Amino acid sequence: MTNNGNQAIIALEHVVKRFPSGRTWFTALKDINLTLGRGEFAGLVGPSGSGKTTLLNLIGSLDSPSEGRVDVLGREVGKMNARESATMRKKHLGFIFQTYNLIPVYTVYENVEFPLLLLKEKADKRRKAVLEALEWLGIESKAKSKPTQLSGGECQRVAIARAMVKKPEIVLADEPTANLDAENSHHILQTMEQLNRELGTTFLFATHDEKVIKYLKRKIRLFDGKVASDEIIQS
Amino acid sequence: MIRFLIKGLLRDRQRSLLPLLVVSIGVMLTVFMHAWVTGVLGDGIEFKARFETGHVNVTTRAYAENAGQIPIDLSLEGAGEMLEILHSEYPDMTWVERTRFGGLIDVPDESGETLSQGPVTGIAIELLNENSHEKERMNLTDALVRGHFPDEPGEILISDNLFEKLGISLGQEVTLITTSMYGSMVFHNFRISGTLSFGMGALDKGTVIMDLEDARLALDMQDATAEILGFFASEYFEPETAKAMCQAFNEKYSYPEDKFSPLMQNMRSYPQIANLIDYAGLMTFIISAIFILVMSIVLWNTGLISGLRRYGEMGVRLAIGESKGHVYRSLISESVAIGLAGSVAGTLAGLLCAYILQEKGLHFDVNMDTAAVMMPSTLRAHITPVTYCIGFIPGLLSTVLGTMLSGIGIYKRKTAELFKELE
Repeated sequence: MTNNGNQAIIALEHVVKRFPSGRTWFTALKDINLTLGRGEFAGLVGPSGSGKTTLLNLIGSLDSPSEGRVDVLGREVGKMNARESATMRKKHLGFIFQTYNLIPVYTVYENVEFPLLLLKEKADKRRKAVLEALEWLGIESKAKSKPTQLSGGECQRVAIARAMVKKPEIVLADEPTANLDAENSHHILQTMEQLNRELGTTFLFATHDEKVIKYLKRKIRLFDGKVASDEIIQS
Repeated sequence: MIRFLIKGLLRDRQRSLLPLLVVSIGVMLTVFMHAWVTGVLGDGIEFKARFETGHVNVTTRAYAENAGQIPIDLSLEGAGEMLEILHSEYPDMTWVERTRFGGLIDVPDESGETLSQGPVTGIAIELLNENSHEKERMNLTDALVRGHFPDEPGEILISDNLFEKLGISLGQEVTLITTSMYGSMVFHNFRISGTLSFGMGALDKGTVIMDLEDARLALDMQDATAEILGFFASEYFEPETAKAMCQAFNEKYSYPEDKFSPLMQNMRSYPQIANLIDYAGLMTFIISAIFILVMSIVLWNTGLISGLRRYGEMGVRLAIGESKGHVYRSLISESVAIGLAGSVAGTLAGLLCAYILQEKGLHFDVNMDTAAVMMPSTLRAHITPVTYCIGFIPGLLSTVLGTMLSGIGIYKRKTAELFKELE
C-alpha cells in the first residue's frame, strides 16, 4: 500500500536480512513487505535493534537483502553491482545522518556542492543549486564557514542542504534529530516537511524520537525485525 | 573534482603536512645513510688506491707478479714514453709515477760515525713538481708535523715516530742505504726537511717520502719507475671502466712471453682489495637494505594509518554516491602526490647533508698507531647515481603501497559496514 495512492517508488517483498554473529546468524529483518509512494513523508519507528537502520540501508542500496526483493525506483537492489548502486545513490538518493557527517576540511558551500561535483554538473549550475539549497535551509550566511564553526542545528541544516541540493527523489534520514534540542528539531522537521511539500521528495525516517514521529504522515512501526503496524496519519 | 580533492588535501594537515614531513624525513635519512655508508666504506678502498695501487696501475709483468716484495729491479723502463701513451689514450685519467722501495736510514753523529739506524719504506712521488696533486692525494699537508715540504732536490720527509726514535734533528743529513735498480748497493745522503704522522702504525713505523727525481738518481732508475698509477676523474674506483681499460691496454701492449712488457692492473686484480671491495659493496647493500626496509615499514604504516583514519569520510562519500573505485583511486592519487613531493623534498635534503659531508668530511682523532690496516682519518659521504633515486623506494613505493593496502578495506568491507564505522 502507499499513503497517497501514487506509483510505488520503494517496494519490499518478503525481505529477510541476516548478519553473521559468531558461528550463528542473527536475523535483523524478518519477512518485511512494504511499499512507499512518491512524495511520502514516512518513518520507520521502533526501539533500538528493531531493524530500522538495516531497512534504511537496504533501501539506500548500501546493503542487499539475504532473502526477498527490494525495489527502489524500479530497480532491484539485490541485483545491482557496486557501480550501479553508487549511481543510484548519486542520482536519486539523499542521506541525512544522526551525526551530520559533514567533511570537516570543506566549507559549508563545498560540502553542499560535493554531490553536484559527483554528478559532473557545470560550475554555474552548481553555484545556482548550492545557493538555492542554502537559502532553503536559511544558512546562506554560513556558506564560507567550516562545520566546526557551526552549531548542531546548523550542521544538520547543511547536511539536509547536501542531501537536497541535487533534488533527489528519495531522502533517507537516520535519526536526524537525535543530537538536536527541541527547538532545532522542530525547525529542521518543518524545513523537511516544506521541502517534501514543495519539491515532492519522498522522505523516509528511521527514528524513535517523538518529536519526529509527530511530523510523520505515515508511521511504520518495527518490532523485532518485523512490521508491527503501518499507520497512515490523516492531516 | 580534482581541484576539490586537492583543496581538501592541502587543508587537512593530518592528510598532507604530517605525512609529507614523515615521508621527507624518512627519505632524507635513507638518502643520507646510503651516501654515508657508501662513502665510509668506499673511503677505505680509495685510501688504499691513493697510497698504494691507484685505481689502475701500469708496471711490468714481472713486477706485478712480485709486487709484495716491491722489487725495483723489475721496474718499468721507458716510463716517459709510457706516460705519453697513457696520457694520449686515456686523457680523462690522472697518471702519476710512483716508486716504493725498502732500505735503511743511517744517522751519523758529529764525527760521521753511525749514531742510529732504522729500516724504512721509501715512497717516491712527484713532490717538487708544482703541478702535481700528489701532496693532496696522499693528504701530506695534514700529516706534516715538523719542518716543511722539500723545496729543493736532496730533501726528504720522514715519519715522526722514526725521527724521534733515531734522534734526528731537522735539517740533518742522513744516509739512505738500499740497492739500486740494477742490484748494486747504494749509499745516498738526504737532508731531513720535515716529519710526517699519518696516525696509523702501518705508515708511521718508518716511511720516507722523497721526490721521484731524487729516487731515480739514488736508485739509478733513469727514465724508469716502479709503477704508474692511474686515477679516475671522479676520484672513485669505477670497476667496469677499469676492467675494460685493462683489457684493452693489455691486448695492445702486454705480451705474456715478455715479463718486462707493461701490464695494466686495476684494484680488483689484488685479491685482498677485491675482497675489500666486495665486502664494502655487500655491507653498503645490507645496511642500505635494512634502512630502506625500516623506513619502508614506517612509511607504509603512515600510508596505512592515513587511509584508516579516513574510513568515516569514505563512508560519507560512498553514501553520497561516489563509487568505491573512485574513492580508492583518489586515495592512491593523494598518496602518490604526497609520496612524490616527500621523496623529492627528502632526497634534496638528504643530498644536501650528504654533499656537506662529502666536501667537508668528518674528521676523527682516533689513534691508529697500532693499526696495520690503512684507513683515512676523515670519513666522507659519497653521492653516487643510486643516491639520487634510492629514497623513492621507501618514499613513493611504500607510501603508495600502504595506502593501497588500507584502501583494500574499502573494497572488502560492505558499504553498510563502512557506514557503521562512520556512525
